[in-house]
Amino acid sequence: MIYLDNVAGTKPDAKVVEKMMPYFTEHYGNPSAHFYPIGREAFEAMERARGQVAAFVGAKAEEIVFTSCGTESNNLAIKGLLKNPMNKGKHIIISEIEHFSVDSVTAKLRNDGYEITKLKVDDNGLVNPDDLKNAIKKDTALVSIQHTNPEIGTIQYTDKLGAICRESGVTFHVDAVAAAGYSELNVKDLNCDLMSIASQNFYGSKGAGALYIREGVKLSGIMDGGHQERGYRSGTENVPAIVGMGEAAEIAMNDMKVYVPEMVRLQKKLWDGLGGMFDFLHFTGDKDRRRPGHVSFWIEYIEGESLLMWLSLKGIACASGSACSSNILADDEEDLAASYVLTAVGVPSDICAGSLGMSMSKYNTEGDIDKVLEVMPETVKRLCEMSPMYNRK
Amino acid sequence: MAKGPYSDKVMDHFMNPRNMGEIADANGIGEVGNPACGDVMKIFLKINDDQVVEDVKFKTFGCGAAIASSSMATELMIGKKVEELLALTNQAIVEALDGLPPAKIHCSVMAEEAIEDALKNYFKEKGQDPAIVDEMKAKIRKN
Repeated sequence: MIYLDNVAGTKPDAKVVEKMMPYFTEHYGNPSAHFYPIGREAFEAMERARGQVAAFVGAKAEEIVFTSCGTESNNLAIKGLLKNPMNKGKHIIISEIEHFSVDSVTAKLRNDGYEITKLKVDDNGLVNPDDLKNAIKKDTALVSIQHTNPEIGTIQYTDKLGAICRESGVTFHVDAVAAAGYSELNVKDLNCDLMSIASQNFYGSKGAGALYIREGVKLSGIMDGGHQERGYRSGTENVPAIVGMGEAAEIAMNDMKVYVPEMVRLQKKLWDGLGGMFDFLHFTGDKDRRRPGHVSFWIEYIEGESLLMWLSLKGIACASGSACSSNILADDEEDLAASYVLTAVGVPSDICAGSLGMSMSKYNTEGDIDKVLEVMPETVKRLCEMSPMYNRK
Repeated sequence: MAKGPYSDKVMDHFMNPRNMGEIADANGIGEVGNPACGDVMKIFLKINDDQVVEDVKFKTFGCGAAIASSSMATELMIGKKVEELLALTNQAIVEALDGLPPAKIHCSVMAEEAIEDALKNYFKEKGQDPAIVDEMKAKIRKN
């Protein structure tokens, strides 16, 4: 299978898995149990990983809190900040293309009396920094704008957005889940106060995420219990996954300069190949400011799920932003909503049903891209022939 | 291979749709759906003087379930009399497909509606009141 849904999670690096294994088989103690070796070993391994993750984002080890995933990091950043007694602000600014875990968390906060401003993005998915400047008010508590959008690949002007927040004294959270392992993420250069990342997106395993909390930023925990992670996140840590995350961070830090340019080269090949194939294929996201190896598009006359299914039958795994495949196991069709990200970047809602995202990893090869370019014409032709809308052209 | 959300029957009809295409001299064409909802289904009927479906074809813009529902519907329609078509429910299509995920049941409903729309146009073309379709359906439901 050619795997091109890496924004949903990458194949873990074999070296990462190797480092994780002893924490299942030998050092299986609870990291809070300091007075016998297997507990102490787990604790020390976790702290080593904390250092590796901190180095990866240019932070201090004590500024890193481990979580279980990107969604949890985003929840902790937003709810933890607002819940803290030091916070007095009642206004939150996000963009209209945030991940569900930011979009739905803030939507619920509306019921608790918070005012939410959703900044518009342009047709390439970019937030205009001037819009942020104008949106900040006296009682703005938080700005949460993602670094890289997983669906359309667009990379924001995060450093500029951060500088505006810093100037106004507003806490700035960056959801960098889709960026880690593909873009340089230095918390100081990006002027951020909080940053979410997840291990599974850069060749670690599922089950480990992290939140960077800048020294001095006041956050309350959102999970009560045994006071793990300095009270930010009670609950026994997932030691094997965290050890893997540390290793993955170190590998990414060393290898990014090698694999990222190659991913950009393959991205260009895929982009140019698809662009020259059909005049009714439209790319989404910014052509230049995008996650390396990410190509997303929609095709007129074709619905996304059927394209996704055909590609899967041909051995190609990718993602669809189509309404029909968004939540197929839902109990009713009300849950099949069109992608708000695509609507936000001006894709007409009556045709964005055909949207598709292909995101590469460091493991994809030239042969993978050749195969996609070989399979796409016949697949699209087949679905066009079946489409009652194709003839109307 | 791990099974996806669809039954083998759905996958078979998705991969090898039956009766896909158009009928140039169709005497009943039905179209339902809306591209905004991700589905448009078009059914072409050729009904002979004995009111029997001689030929049927479909074209569908939609997900796997929509394509499979239309394909299965055409298989269930061919050779049937008009009143038999009216008795064909979405439930029969779902059963013939060995089930659909709950969120995809609407695809089978669309197929039933497309048949109804095609029959209305068939009667209209014959100069009859298309409301006859609703009356016939109501009668069938009652029995």
